[in-house]
Amino acid sequence: MTNSAITASGLRKAYGEQVVLDGVDLEVPAGSVFSLLGPNGAGKTTTVHLLTTLLRLDGGRAAVAGFDVATQTRQVRSAIGVTGQFASVDELLTGRENLQMMVDLQRRARPAAVGELLERFDLQEAADQRVTSYSGGMRRKLDLAMTLVSRPQILFLDEPTTGLDPRSRRTLWQIVRELVGEGMTIFLTTQYLEEADQLADRLAVIDHGRVVAEGTPEQLKRQIPGAHVQLRLAGPEALTSATRVLTDATPDPENLILRVPSDGSVKALRSLLDRLDEYAIEVSEFTVHLPDLDDVFLALTGSAPSAPSAPSAPKASAS
Amino acid sequence: MKNNSVVMLRRNLRHTTRNPVAVFNAILFPVILMLMFVYVFGDAFDVGGDYLDYATPGMLLLAVVYGLSATIMAVNSDMTTGIINRFKVMDVSRGAVLNGHVVATILRTSLAILAVLSVALLLGYRPQASALQGLSAAGVLLLVVTAVSWLSVALGLAAKTAETAAFSGVPLVMLPFFSSAIVPADAMGTGVRQFAEYQPFTSIIESLRGFLAGSPDLTQTWVAIAWSAGIILLSLVWSGRKFSQRA
Repeated sequence: MTNSAITASGLRKAYGEQVVLDGVDLEVPAGSVFSLLGPNGAGKTTTVHLLTTLLRLDGGRAAVAGFDVATQTRQVRSAIGVTGQFASVDELLTGRENLQMMVDLQRRARPAAVGELLERFDLQEAADQRVTSYSGGMRRKLDLAMTLVSRPQILFLDEPTTGLDPRSRRTLWQIVRELVGEGMTIFLTTQYLEEADQLADRLAVIDHGRVVAEGTPEQLKRQIPGAHVQLRLAGPEALTSATRVLTDATPDPENLILRVPSDGSVKALRSLLDRLDEYAIEVSEFTVHLPDLDDVFLALTGSAPSAPSAPSAPKASAS
Repeated sequence: MKNNSVVMLRRNLRHTTRNPVAVFNAILFPVILMLMFVYVFGDAFDVGGDYLDYATPGMLLLAVVYGLSATIMAVNSDMTTGIINRFKVMDVSRGAVLNGHVVATILRTSLAILAVLSVALLLGYRPQASALQGLSAAGVLLLVVTAVSWLSVALGLAAKTAETAAFSGVPLVMLPFFSSAIVPADAMGTGVRQFAEYQPFTSIIESLRGFLAGSPDLTQTWVAIAWSAGIILLSLVWSGRKFSQRA
């Protein structure tokens, strides 16, 4: 059994009548990336605040790096690093001064970390400029660099790429992968399904303060039906005959579309094409649809994700 | 690792020097106000003597309150931008974060007081205080500055948004105008006069005025000290509560 970096059971947090977290259980193995995925207001940031000792639990227990978050606050804090949703950098200081401040404030920090981190995050050129002049991507990088000064065992990233352009997002993903490679445990919250899919070893989907699903991205995708082939027929007659041949398909006469359930395997596709050929049914467009996390999300929470994820391109397409 | 309070203080001092608006509000604006009251309005007020002599202690106090909004805003922005969460997770103590703000405010305000005092001396202000009375005046001022600095920290912590923070400093800036700082309370309308007689700034100014004129008013001085001590105590409790509330 691998040892756990984070274990939480029955996490509860309420503000008066409003219950924000309603019994959340989590288990994050050391050295892995765990993603908490959910729409705005689902309880992601509250979970991070509870696990990082910024908020008090109203119920349940949690241990981070083996220390109880309620009673061993100091030990938990010395093992973790947190980079929040809003870049917590000092705007009036330069990048270098921000990093230096982190070194000055911590016992375990090495002064050499300032130069190393500036280089690693490609911030050398802007190092002596005030953060006010930094782009959003540079701020996030500096923010993360500041968190890494103390070389935390467990890194909490609360929506690290919200509001970033695709390029900066990819840079950040790359950095996260490197950190995992160095043995760091990462707890990442995101509302981008693609991000969880790209980075996470395991993920939990949270909605209205409850975990509605947990597993690897593959397991979650497999949980829901939704793989199908979409056929666009040449005309109404073709649609009628195709519907007669493929009895398990769902027609959409208005758009001349037929949805055929399929696992998307080559074998299944070949046999489908063979049958269409056999009956001389003319198909003008052929698309294979595999479920992505968007479908998972929709199926689990009953609502579309609140933030647009990158449009999922069809996995295969032919005309 | 360095002393956390020192790191925080250095951060706050850097903020002050890099924020021209704060420097203007805290140091130049009181000087401008001073010149305006003495040269533009001064002759219109009958204070029973030289207006410069009457107004200088009040102007020193204006120098104190004008710098406070910078502190309120700075504390508030620390709390709302998330950097405070970073400090909390790093186990930087509440004391270090807040002391940094208070000490930076005291230093900045002292600079403003010196600037206003220098201008007053250039204009011909001649205090009659003995060395001991001068020191007593400085002592009262320092206590008052400490009190309003802590109050500003508490106001900055309590404000939920930058707008509320900006607004919460306004009463502090207005209060000296409704005291005997600019004109004697006797010259005001009934309601305002009663307010002016009992609000803290009047005792503070009368105490300063007494010391600087060489005729100390001990009663007002004790009242001023009591007000300051009360404000410090209240602000400490209030900011302690607000600091731990926010995550």
